[in-house]
Amino acid sequence: MAKRDYSFYPGCSSQKGASASNCTTSINAICDVLKIQLNEIPDWNCCSASIGYAGGGELPRLTLSARNLALSEQHNPGQDVVATCAACWLATRETTERLAHDDQLFTETKIALKEAGLTLQNKTPVRHFVEVLIEDVGYDALKAAVKKPLTGIKIASYVGCQTNRPFGIAGESFENPLYLDKLTEAMGATALKDYDKKVACCGGALAFSEPEKSQDLIKDILQAAYDVGADMIVTPCPVCQMNVEVYQGLINQRHGTNFNMPVVYYSTLMAVAYGKSASESGLDGQVIRAKQLDALAGR
Amino acid sequence: MSNPNQTIPGQYRGNFLREVEANVEEGEWVKMCMQCGVCAGSCPLGPYWDYPPQQIFMMIRAGKREEVLSSTSMWMCTSCYNCMVRCPRELPITHIMHGLATYAKRIGKAPQTPITPRFAQKFWDNLTVTGRVNELKLGLALYFINGIGEGIQTAMKMQDIGLGMLKTKRMSPFEILGGHGIKDKAGFRAMLKKAEEIELAKIAKNQVAGV
Ligand code: SF4
Ligand code: SF4
Repeated sequence: MAKRDYSFYPGCSSQKGASASNCTTSINAICDVLKIQLNEIPDWNCCSASIGYAGGGELPRLTLSARNLALSEQHNPGQDVVATCAACWLATRETTERLAHDDQLFTETKIALKEAGLTLQNKTPVRHFVEVLIEDVGYDALKAAVKKPLTGIKIASYVGCQTNRPFGIAGESFENPLYLDKLTEAMGATALKDYDKKVACCGGALAFSEPEKSQDLIKDILQAAYDVGADMIVTPCPVCQMNVEVYQGLINQRHGTNFNMPVVYYSTLMAVAYGKSASESGLDGQVIRAKQLDALAGR
Repeated sequence: MSNPNQTIPGQYRGNFLREVEANVEEGEWVKMCMQCGVCAGSCPLGPYWDYPPQQIFMMIRAGKREEVLSSTSMWMCTSCYNCMVRCPRELPITHIMHGLATYAKRIGKAPQTPITPRFAQKFWDNLTVTGRVNELKLGLALYFINGIGEGIQTAMKMQDIGLGMLKTKRMSPFEILGGHGIKDKAGFRAMLKKAEEIELAKIAKNQVAGV
């Protein structure tokens, strides 16, 4: 099979020693299996996520993503831009659409880009990595690569917000997207389709500045997973992953709960099913270990 | 740099809707709201919004400038985009909330509490230094946002989380020394400076013209 090439926008949290470095690890592992070549956009910058707005106005924010798009055109011409982080994908795709529909903003953005010696055509599709898996590889091929089916593991698919709205994975519904269930089932696991917090919000960036209010949202997301008998939660979003995993101790202290629910990336799940080792699958990055996956990966 | 936005609004002759249309990101959409109320039930932190988006749109039309701009409501937006995919009129509600927040902050109306306005500013400052967010410095800046005493308390409370992230190599103490960053910092900063200049000039022009 020939390799498929994409222009990759990894984002700040994916870097070495950052909060979603384990996402990157597992993405690399499944790319290796599926012959996907992610070519990092040279010298990419932060997208300012969804919280940068108070400091940067509209044009500065759009310009941030425009710089990444321009660098991609220059260094990875003809390749779709692909992101794994929900916020990175959203900001970049929003920018390309806003600039396509607003000539004045596009002109102004180009003037700013010129200061960095860059030009922009703005013709590159901006896609989420999940779309590459579903559309370009396809469920059948994803399933065919499984070496260790995740038989018997019960999974609550937590899609969250920004992978799902306002754009969403192509062809999926906003209120009940099914791709994550289909992906986990393709890996041989059991998808718990009555998990009702699938598209609920974890507080996003406000988990930092409104910790207790956000932790109340997270508590409901966890409780619903226990209610349907989940062994673990799986998510595509770095913010969701971190928020739902790392605050369980604090929530337990405040509410007298006993949460200890692993929260893993879909890519970690897939890497284990594809026969990768625990460290290649990013399992070392779990603050709450996913013991069933550890056991499988160690076999 | 002197901020042209601090000298608002005589030009709008008390017409707050026009002020919003001219200065707030996607503000020209506000008048399209048909007050159906769908967005009002969509915010995850809904109980903490003094005025849900629907009501904010009504208040803008009713000229309630002070109440809207000094409100904590927009700062409760988690950027979940529930409202945007549900609004029958397809208003870009999330962006309008962000835009109102930005505008309120620019003209010095943003509230001191909650800390989200200050946190969001720190996020922006953090990313514009090296071109990439330094999670460790951002986290520390957040802990100490209300001074040293509270900062130490917060840091203690967050200790277990920090340790968990360190152990799993999802946080690196070396980031304190500078850490990740882009190469073309000069071009990057010149680009942002230009974007900011263009934006502020546009707003200043709106005011002179009394749009
Ligand atoms: S959902 Fe849309 S039309 Fe309905 S009240 Fe909200 S903004 Fe207005
Ligand atoms: S994006 Fe903001 S305004 Fe819209 S529903 Fe979510 S919290 Fe409310």
